[in-house]
Amino acid sequence: MKRQFLLLLLLCFAVAAPLATAQTAEDSPLSGEAAVAVSPAPGPVSNIQLKDTDNDHGHSVTLSWEISPDDGAGLNNVIGYEIHRALSPEGPFVKRAGVPAGSHSHVDVGSKEESSPDYMKDYIDYYYKIRTITADSAVNAESTVAGPIQSYGQWFNTGRVPVLIFVACFLALTLYFINRAKGGADLYVRPLAGIGAVDEAIGRATEMGKPILYVLGLGTAADIATIASYTILGRVAKKVAEYQTGLIVPCYDPIVMTVAQETVKASYADAGRPDSYKEDMVYFVTQSQFAYVAAVNGTMLRDLPATNIYMGKFYAESLILAETGALAGSIQIAGTDEIAQIPFFVVACDYTLIGEELYAASAYLGREPLLLGSLKAQDYAKAGVILIALVGFILLNFGVDGFKEFFFVSN
Amino acid sequence: MNGSRWTMIVLIAVVTLFLVSWAIKSFPSSGDTISWPSIRHAFFVTLAAFVTLAIFSFLYKDNPYYKFAEHLFVGVSAAYWMCVGFWSTFVGNLIPRISPGLSKFFGVPYKEFTFYYFVPLILGILLLMRLSSKAGWLSRWALAFIVGTTAGLNLIRYLRSDFISQVSNTFVPLLVQWKGTGAFFSDFSLASGGQFTLMLTNWVIFIGTFCGLIYFFFSKEHKGVFGAASRVGIWVLMITFGASFGYTVMGRVSLLVGRLTFLFDDWLGLMN
Repeated sequence: MKRQFLLLLLLCFAVAAPLATAQTAEDSPLSGEAAVAVSPAPGPVSNIQLKDTDNDHGHSVTLSWEISPDDGAGLNNVIGYEIHRALSPEGPFVKRAGVPAGSHSHVDVGSKEESSPDYMKDYIDYYYKIRTITADSAVNAESTVAGPIQSYGQWFNTGRVPVLIFVACFLALTLYFINRAKGGADLYVRPLAGIGAVDEAIGRATEMGKPILYVLGLGTAADIATIASYTILGRVAKKVAEYQTGLIVPCYDPIVMTVAQETVKASYADAGRPDSYKEDMVYFVTQSQFAYVAAVNGTMLRDLPATNIYMGKFYAESLILAETGALAGSIQIAGTDEIAQIPFFVVACDYTLIGEELYAASAYLGREPLLLGSLKAQDYAKAGVILIALVGFILLNFGVDGFKEFFFVSN
Repeated sequence: MNGSRWTMIVLIAVVTLFLVSWAIKSFPSSGDTISWPSIRHAFFVTLAAFVTLAIFSFLYKDNPYYKFAEHLFVGVSAAYWMCVGFWSTFVGNLIPRISPGLSKFFGVPYKEFTFYYFVPLILGILLLMRLSSKAGWLSRWALAFIVGTTAGLNLIRYLRSDFISQVSNTFVPLLVQWKGTGAFFSDFSLASGGQFTLMLTNWVIFIGTFCGLIYFFFSKEHKGVFGAASRVGIWVLMITFGASFGYTVMGRVSLLVGRLTFLFDDWLGLMN
């Protein structure tokens, strides 16, 4: 009885399976030729607009269009659009990109490198057409050919006007305060604890008869922190020359070394002791981060400098250097604008110049009109920022959003 | 026992340990026969382990093994970066754009003559003028160009990213999704996406930015209300630094774990 029941069940399955498969094929528009017949082509996109992409260096065209009537409506079978480009209206057209359904625009960006296969030459005619695609690759619709259009670069990026305005204001402030400083105006700069300690530390080194180690960090010669550090180095080197104390400046970057040598040499000349300057006071170590740290650590433990000064750009080596200096019993003064490294200097050094204090220190020590003027300009720029932020904040909280848009800067 | 004899004993012990380690590592664990690649691999793994231990010995005090590792590291890295600079910048970048003959000589494909590549070439030659006592002053021109142009470019970059963006990011609503005091307390939640957290974040941004800016104001003495705001600013900074410190230390611990994994796994094979 059981066997007969199983045979009946198998027979039912054998009859039902082909019927079910046939039913599935009819239901699905994606399976088999029958599906092609029941899936009509969507309407093409229309009103294709081409223009050279604004505010760029060229090699790019921006397309916009009105979407297919079957994109989100009508047949509702559009899954995306393919952008095709050619050098003549007849083709051959090459696919450049694909965008999802609902897209109204696309920026076709080519390479500016002639050697690149994606190179897009400026000032030649390009033609575009857009293919509306469905889930079935055989069912699509092509637009009419649009063009010609040429790509080219712009001299002026209008999206960066806010930057221009800020630069102009900042320059005007800087020039104004530099002129005031040159005219002998007494420009007040509040004292910074770390800066007061520099003279004290040089005095200590002189009394102990030990050298001063000055580390310029891992920045390049053009980093703002390194530039500020040159000024402080100049001041330290001048004092060192006056007191006839030793100075050690191991450098990570060869260009930084060259500038540091010039700075120290000039300071020794200013102090009236050009003969005391030795070229090997400032030397190149290596451009490998941790090899440099290993060498500076070795110097700290062998030469036992009385004072370690770290001013410039620092990365992961900051704590290793500062900890070794602390172990060697040196007075340590640090300053960097690298936010992630300031905490390490704060915990391991006696004095730390935080961020912009480093720039202020160079002006405070140098007392040169150029530096004092720019420091004052920075302060007034900060006051301006506080004012703008306050206005923007109040406007936003009262429902006015437009003010924020002025501060949007395009790439 | 005098110092030099003690030093000699330690040196012999270290060399012996190195040789034993090298010999043991040279024998493949799977029972295959010893081969030249396995001997070479064993040598470099053992050397890397000993150099790692030599660097770690700095934690005790400065010693000849640390000095050896330090000088090896500095010498190899300095030479390596010089070679990278020569082959990637000079040969890889400059030569193919100025001379087909030199491109052929160095075995790099000639690209296209580009006249403005002579500018960095001339600046580079000017930098080398430092080697001459008479023409050394010419190197200052190149230095002035490098420092001036890149500082100018950085000014615009920082003004955009750190200044203008910072200003606009301070425009935050203090009352997020506000529907009245009753609704605020009845729906009160400490969830990260909740109304209270969003409002607290915006208040911290607003007060922190203002007080932080006041701390970095150098033209006025920090006294009275100004001084109080400045103190709030330095508190905000210190709390931020504390959080950053903990976060970065965790990253450094992972570096230590990586090195210990090398010693215990690649060298000693104890982790399998």
